[in-house]
Amino acid sequence: MKNTKIAAAAGVALIAAGCAVTTMKTQGASDAEVSKVLHESFEARGQATLDRLDQDEVQRTCSEAQGKPLAKDAAQRLQQAQLATIKYPADGQLMGDWKRGEKIAQSGIGKQYSDDPKAVAGGNCYACHQLTRHEIAYGTIGPSLLGFGRRRGFTPDMEKYVYGKVYNADAFLACTNMPRFGHMGILTEQQIKDVVALLMDPKSPVNQ
Amino acid sequence: MNVMQRVAFAIAAGAGLAALAASAQQAPAPASSGVEQYREMLGEDNPAELWEARGEELWKQKRGPKNASLEQCDLGLGPGVVKGAYAVLPKYFADSGKVEDLESRLVTCMVTLQGFTPQEAKKNPFASPGKKVPMDALVAYVAAQSRGMKVNVSLDDPHARDAYEVGRKIFFYRAGPHDFGCVTCHGADNERIRLQELPNLTRPEGAERAYTTWPGYRVSQGEVRSMQWRLNDCFRQARFPQLEFVSPASIALELYLAYNANGGVMNAPSVKR
Repeated sequence: MKNTKIAAAAGVALIAAGCAVTTMKTQGASDAEVSKVLHESFEARGQATLDRLDQDEVQRTCSEAQGKPLAKDAAQRLQQAQLATIKYPADGQLMGDWKRGEKIAQSGIGKQYSDDPKAVAGGNCYACHQLTRHEIAYGTIGPSLLGFGRRRGFTPDMEKYVYGKVYNADAFLACTNMPRFGHMGILTEQQIKDVVALLMDPKSPVNQ
Repeated sequence: MNVMQRVAFAIAAGAGLAALAASAQQAPAPASSGVEQYREMLGEDNPAELWEARGEELWKQKRGPKNASLEQCDLGLGPGVVKGAYAVLPKYFADSGKVEDLESRLVTCMVTLQGFTPQEAKKNPFASPGKKVPMDALVAYVAAQSRGMKVNVSLDDPHARDAYEVGRKIFFYRAGPHDFGCVTCHGADNERIRLQELPNLTRPEGAERAYTTWPGYRVSQGEVRSMQWRLNDCFRQARFPQLEFVSPASIALELYLAYNANGGVMNAPSVKR
């Protein structure tokens, strides 16, 4: 309704400015319409059940933003709510084994209907990030993390930040492209610790 | 060498491509550079020609319970007009009451002209290892008849306009365990997954480059893949459930992409990595 009003106002402004009004429908499709089409168009297969089509609050808000940043207050609200979801390890230990972390960073297995649901999922970090000098097949959707610990400092605070970021990236950057690996149950607590070590262990190839 | 022999040679040469890419570890190079070399080896030839030829035969062959060919199929420019049809699809068809893409329209014609049931016509829409399917060949044949023509889809019809709006929203729709949507990988310029370059489908240049080159001969799979296949496999990787063949969401999304690619020159089937 609000969108329709804005669109109508914009239309009036266009006419007033003497511009040609295009035949494009300005109000777009409703969320209900889109949801109906999606549910008619997908079928459950393997572990990918139809409930995956339904969005949580973050997904809904970020989809509406259509790839653009949220307004500052909306972004802060979203980040605060996501920050509250992060469960830090009860033992207070945040660093695992960087060698296991490297394997997790390389593996893209997990959650696809073509994947064995019993297989251990990976984080597929290299799909989007540069991490080490030895792996040249890295993606660029996310920033380079080469030398991350060395550059940011090998501090407990930074370890905590990395754990939280991998657990729920939206807590630090609303509507980031990065999955919420802990919150959505993609990686286990131990796996996230191993990824923290990959980034934060001075001996890790990330920091060589 | 004749055309078929040269194509066969190029396919054999393509088998060496994976080894070539694997040995090229010295410096980061986009995945496209290996495919460029392969295209040079092919010259003017394209393995998809084999699919195009088979598709033309299938188009003219009497099949189905009604023992009829597809030659009177209306792909949008009138019954039997194949030339240029792919460049104006998807579009709204009054006879079916639906916005249809090429694959959907072929299904419609297989039902109405040849007497197949919708289930039969939609069965096995994509090739699987060792098993070719008629749909890929028909898609290759029809798409090739729009080579060199500009993409020109219209939103003048209200049904098409509605589908476009739904498609636009689906493009930005993020869901599933990874919060992925089309926009995650195809919403910005000059990005890669691993070494694979990603077109920005929200901008005309990216949408044109992608849309005008599907269907394509996938070197790594030795198959011609349709736009329906491309979307199906994108959603698999985005951790969605399975996108159904010729579903309303798939066609709406294609219309969104095609409209963004309007004015681009069709060059499909192309040769893909």
